Amino acid sequence: MTALVRPVAALGATEFRIALRNRWVTITVAMMALFALVLSAAGSAPTGDVGVDALSVTVASLTSLGVYLVPLMALLMSFDAVAGEMERGTLSLTLTYPVSRGAILLGKFAAHMAVLAIAVGAGYGLAAVAALVADPEAVEGLPALWRLFWSSVLLGAVFLCIGYALSAMARRPGAAAGLAIGVWLAVVVLYDLGLLAAVVADGGGVFTTRALPWLLLANPADAFRLFNLAASEATAAASGLGGAAQTIPAYHALISVLLWPVVAFALAVAALRRVTP
Amino acid sequence: MNSLTLSQVTKIYDGVTALDAVGFTVAPGERVALLGHNGAGKSTLMKIILGLIPATAGQIEVLGAGPGSQTARDGTAYLPENVAFHPALTGLEQIRLYLRLRGDDPAKAMALLDRVGLGQAARRRIGTYSKGMRQRVGLAQSLIGNPRLLVLDEPTSGLDPVSRREFYTILDTLAADGAAILLSSHALTEVEARTDRIVILSQGRLMANDTLAALRQRAALPIRLQVSARPGAADQVAAQLAGGRRNGVMVDLTCAHDEKLNRLGDIAALHGLIEDVEIIPPSLEDLYSHFSRRDEA
Repeated sequence: MTALVRPVAALGATEFRIALRNRWVTITVAMMALFALVLSAAGSAPTGDVGVDALSVTVASLTSLGVYLVPLMALLMSFDAVAGEMERGTLSLTLTYPVSRGAILLGKFAAHMAVLAIAVGAGYGLAAVAALVADPEAVEGLPALWRLFWSSVLLGAVFLCIGYALSAMARRPGAAAGLAIGVWLAVVVLYDLGLLAAVVADGGGVFTTRALPWLLLANPADAFRLFNLAASEATAAASGLGGAAQTIPAYHALISVLLWPVVAFALAVAALRRVTP
Repeated sequence: MNSLTLSQVTKIYDGVTALDAVGFTVAPGERVALLGHNGAGKSTLMKIILGLIPATAGQIEVLGAGPGSQTARDGTAYLPENVAFHPALTGLEQIRLYLRLRGDDPAKAMALLDRVGLGQAARRRIGTYSKGMRQRVGLAQSLIGNPRLLVLDEPTSGLDPVSRREFYTILDTLAADGAAILLSSHALTEVEARTDRIVILSQGRLMANDTLAALRQRAALPIRLQVSARPGAADQVAAQLAGGRRNGVMVDLTCAHDEKLNRLGDIAALHGLIEDVEIIPPSLEDLYSHFSRRDEA
């Protein structure tokens, strides 16, 4: 057991140090904190009318923010992971050590997950503090915020692993960066637009009732949004595709949220195994 | 038992033969230089030995085990060509990581860096290092855990002459302790004095595998005699010795090994006209060209 844990711990600690030095920790924490505070400030205005506590409203805003920001941060941190090491020549060196490819990936993954968790935790934590200061009732929203936190970290995990897989496939950091941005656009932005267009064209037909729920669940970002919105009924109205959320049971979204990181990690390991250093 | 045994090792990439039935051995304590042009298959061969890529055919035995096996990995150190390490880490942090990956004590990092002359810069980031310093970090990691086999790809590229000498001194110590060393190089003159045997690869084929002395004998390349004439006498010396004049004072002669003494006698007979004579045996460069081009014509 220690033979597996030791290299993962060593690689993870080194990777975390690199993230600190490269200011990734600072940048991601600052980004999340800034956006969370802005959303808290913007979200505190309408609470009186809706009759929901301030934090639950903030959670709805943070869900819409996290679905874009968390995948982006994860991809930015991960696109260089394999390609950068190949370019520097350190990948082939590390592979001659008594360390498996899975352990190498796991070490990086642990460090990047820690950075993401710190950034997301700082941002959401600030939002919670802001909401609690403004509205003592906001305590009611804490479970929703906690759910948002861990599902955000899992969403980040999916995109970290997608980033590693792209990095291994691209073999060059420049190409990997391009692919990462492309995937972010396609999965997080264009996918929903495409579905919306299809729903409009379909006019409530078979596509909307049968295919759409599965297509939403198949996308980790949509599953994340569905899970957080479905679980928090007060915020269902906040999403454009919120209507669809009603037809999908929350546990389906939960399964997708839990399953995707596992699938993505397996994908990343498979991609790294195919790399000939 | 040999530390490394290669037999009929063949690698074919997409129909292109990168290595063609290459076979040689490296014994414990032996220093073997692997020479060849860019693309001759040196790095490919090293990666096969390390188990990073599979061979298409042939047998490879590393420390009595298969390439890439636990035994082989535990006892083998590698220095890749132009390895760059992460610029955000310090030399000390980088070596501590490699020690931990080998299951060794990270506290040994400073001693390793001292050994390669990086003690002063150990706490500076690798991003601020020169190429030679980065190469020393690479060398330091290859010394971890007393490896029984060292595979070094162009280890002295980027090192200044003094560093090269220090580097070979470290290798000598390792070889004296019984480590087998396989290194590739472009700097032929330096491997000349510092290795026990030379393996020449050309277009994936093994062209030579012997000691330098034996290679010289086999190649039977001509010896050059360089005669410096007294001022104004160059033309006369060139005419008398039937040699080619190179510039105002120098006359170049070539002769086979067994003619050497006769030619020196001819030169000595002209002692009033000449200042000096230099005997230049075929260099490793000449041998290398001879063996690597043998089949090209």
